[in-house]
Amino acid sequence: MDPILQTEGLTIAFGAYTAVDDVTLAVPRNHFKSIIGPNGAGKTTFFNLLSGQLKVTQGTVKFKGQDVSALPPFARTRLGMGRSFQITNVFPKLTVLENVRLAVQSQAGVRFHMLLHYRSRRFRVFEEGALHLLDMVLLGSRRDTLAMHLAHGEKRKLEIAMLLALQPDLLLLDEPTAGISLEEVPAILEVIRRIKSEGDRTIMLIEHKMEMILDLSDSITVLFNGKLLADGTPEDIMNNEMVQTAYLGGLYDDAVASQGHADVY
Amino acid sequence: MVLIGLPFVTDSRSFLMMLTQIFIFAVFAMSYDILLGYTGIVSFGHCMFFGVGAYSVGVMMNEKGAAIGSLLLAILIGMVLSALLSYIVGMLSLRLKSHFYAMLTLAFSGLLLVLAEKWRSVTHGNDGFTFQVPELIKDRTVLYFIALVIMVLVYLGLRRFIHTPVGRVLQAVRENEQRTESLGFEIVHYKVLASIVAGITASLSGSLYVLTLRFVNTTVFSMDMTLNALLMTIIGGVGTLIGAIIGASIIEFAHHWLTELAKFHPIFERWIIFFGLLYILVVLLFPAGIVGTLRSKWHKYRKARPQDTDPSGVSTESESQGKKVNVS
Ligand SMILES: Nc1ncnc2c1ncn2[C@@H]1O[C@H](COP(=O)(O)OP(=O)(O)O)[C@@H](O)[C@H]1O
Ligand SMILES: [Mg+2]
Repeated sequence: MDPILQTEGLTIAFGAYTAVDDVTLAVPRNHFKSIIGPNGAGKTTFFNLLSGQLKVTQGTVKFKGQDVSALPPFARTRLGMGRSFQITNVFPKLTVLENVRLAVQSQAGVRFHMLLHYRSRRFRVFEEGALHLLDMVLLGSRRDTLAMHLAHGEKRKLEIAMLLALQPDLLLLDEPTAGISLEEVPAILEVIRRIKSEGDRTIMLIEHKMEMILDLSDSITVLFNGKLLADGTPEDIMNNEMVQTAYLGGLYDDAVASQGHADVY
Repeated sequence: MVLIGLPFVTDSRSFLMMLTQIFIFAVFAMSYDILLGYTGIVSFGHCMFFGVGAYSVGVMMNEKGAAIGSLLLAILIGMVLSALLSYIVGMLSLRLKSHFYAMLTLAFSGLLLVLAEKWRSVTHGNDGFTFQVPELIKDRTVLYFIALVIMVLVYLGLRRFIHTPVGRVLQAVRENEQRTESLGFEIVHYKVLASIVAGITASLSGSLYVLTLRFVNTTVFSMDMTLNALLMTIIGGVGTLIGAIIGASIIEFAHHWLTELAKFHPIFERWIIFFGLLYILVVLLFPAGIVGTLRSKWHKYRKARPQDTDPSGVSTESESQGKKVNVS
C-alpha cells in the first residue's frame, strides 16, 4: 500500500540557519512512528512543515499521494491531518465542552451556517459527539469549566479530544507529556494507547520518554541538527552506533534500565 | 415596558430625543462589539459605515424628496455600500496581522471624510445640509418607537447571530486564531463576515441618526464617532451586547449632562476630559466592563457555573468544584 505520508528533501531555513535539512521519509498507513532527537533538533519544526504552520523552503510533503506543500493548515486538516501542539493550544476562555464542540462542528462541515441556534435540534449532535469524546479522554466531569482553569495534563487531554473530533487519519502528537506532572503521565499514555488500539490511524509522536516510545512505536526516526540521522525499528535504533554516540548516549542505558521494570506503568 | 410607556407620560421633547439617540448609538455600539468583542478585530474607522448610512439617507432625501419609499431605498443603499466597503477593506487587510485592519479602516474613513468635504455639489462640504424627512417621521414619538424597535430587533438579530455555528466560530477566532484555523476553519472568511455584519449594522445606525437630526455633515465621518463606539463598547463590556446598550446609555447621558453643566462653567464643554475620567474609573472598578464584571460577580455570588461566553473569565475552577461539593 502507498505510504500515507511522504517527505522528499524537506528543508526549511530561517535566514542562514537550516532547522530541517533534506529530510526524506515515508510513513505507511496505520503505522506508529516516533520522532526523537535532542532539544533544538528540529522535531517541532518538522511537524510544522507537515501540518503547514510553516512553509517549506525546499522539498515536498505528500499526504495520501497528494502534494500538500503549498496548502494552508486548515486545508491539510480537512484532508485528514490532525496535530497537537507542544505548547498547549486550546481556547482558554471557552468551556471544555465548547472547545471540543467546535472541532466536532468543523468535522461535520458546518462552517457557514448562520440562521439556526448552535444548540438547535439539528446541531445538538455536535454537543453529544463532544461529550462522548470528553468521556473517552476522562474529562466528562469538567465539561463546563473554562479551558484556562484546567490542570496542565487535563489541557493535554482536551487537546487530544479536539484532535480526535476531527477524525484524522494521521495524528501528529508533539510531546504530549511535556510539562505534565508525573501522576498525569499514565493517563495520557493510556489515552494514546487506546487511540492506537483502534488501529485505524497513523500516529506520529514526538517524545523524550524512551520507555514510552519503545512501548508504542513500530518505527523510530532520529533527527539531529535538522538532519535525519537514522530511521528504523526500535531495535535497529537502539543498536545503531551512530545514534548512540550522537544522541542517545546515557539515555540508552536509562531506557534499557527502565525497560527492565516497564511494569511501573 | 417602561420604555414603551415613556412617551405617553413625559412631555419633555429633549428627553425623548436623548433616549432616541441612545437607542441609535446602542445599535452602533453593538455593531462595533461584533468586531471587537466577538471576533477580536480592532477598527479605528468604524465611523465610515455610520457615515455611509448617514449620507445615503441625507443625499437621497435631498435629491429625490422625502417619501417613505425613497427613505427605505436610501437605507438599503447605505447598507449595500457598507457591505461592499467592509468586504473590500476586509479582503485587503484581514489576511494580514490585525493592526493592518485597524490602520486600513483609519485610512478609509479618513478618505471618506475628505471626500465628503470636497464633493461639495452633493455634500455641501463641512457645513452639511438640512433635508426634509417623510411626514410620518417628523413626529418625535414615532421616531422614538422606530429607534426602539430597531434597537430591539438588532439586539435579537445579533444575539441570534452570535449563537449560530458561525457566531461560535467568531468567538473561537477571538480566543485563538491559529487554533481555529487548525480545526479546519478558514479564519479570513469569518473575519470578513464579521466586518460585513458590523458594517451593515453601523450603516443602519448612521441612517437613523441623521433622520433624528434632519441634517447631515462631515462629523459623521469624524474620529469622534469611532471613539464613541469604542468607549461605549468598552465601558459596557466587550463581548456582551447588553453591555453595548448600557455603554451607549452612559455615554449619551453623560454627554447630555455635560452639555447642561456647560451653562454653569465652560470646563464642562471639554467633555472629552470627562469621558477620559469616566473611562479610567470604569476600567478600575469594572475591569471587564460594567456588564462583564457584574456578570462574573453574579456568577460568583450564585456559585453558578461560569457562562461560556463570559469574556472576563473571572469565575474560577475552584468555584465549579465548590459547587459540586455543595451539591453532593
Ligand atoms: N520560527 C522560527 N524562526 C527562527 N528559528 C526557529 C523558528 N522555529 C524554530 N527555530 C529554530 O529551529 C531549531 C529547531 O527548533 P525545534 O523544531 O523547536 O526543535 P525541537 O522541537 O526538536 O526541540 C531551534 O534552534 C529553533 O530556535
Ligand atoms: Mg519541540
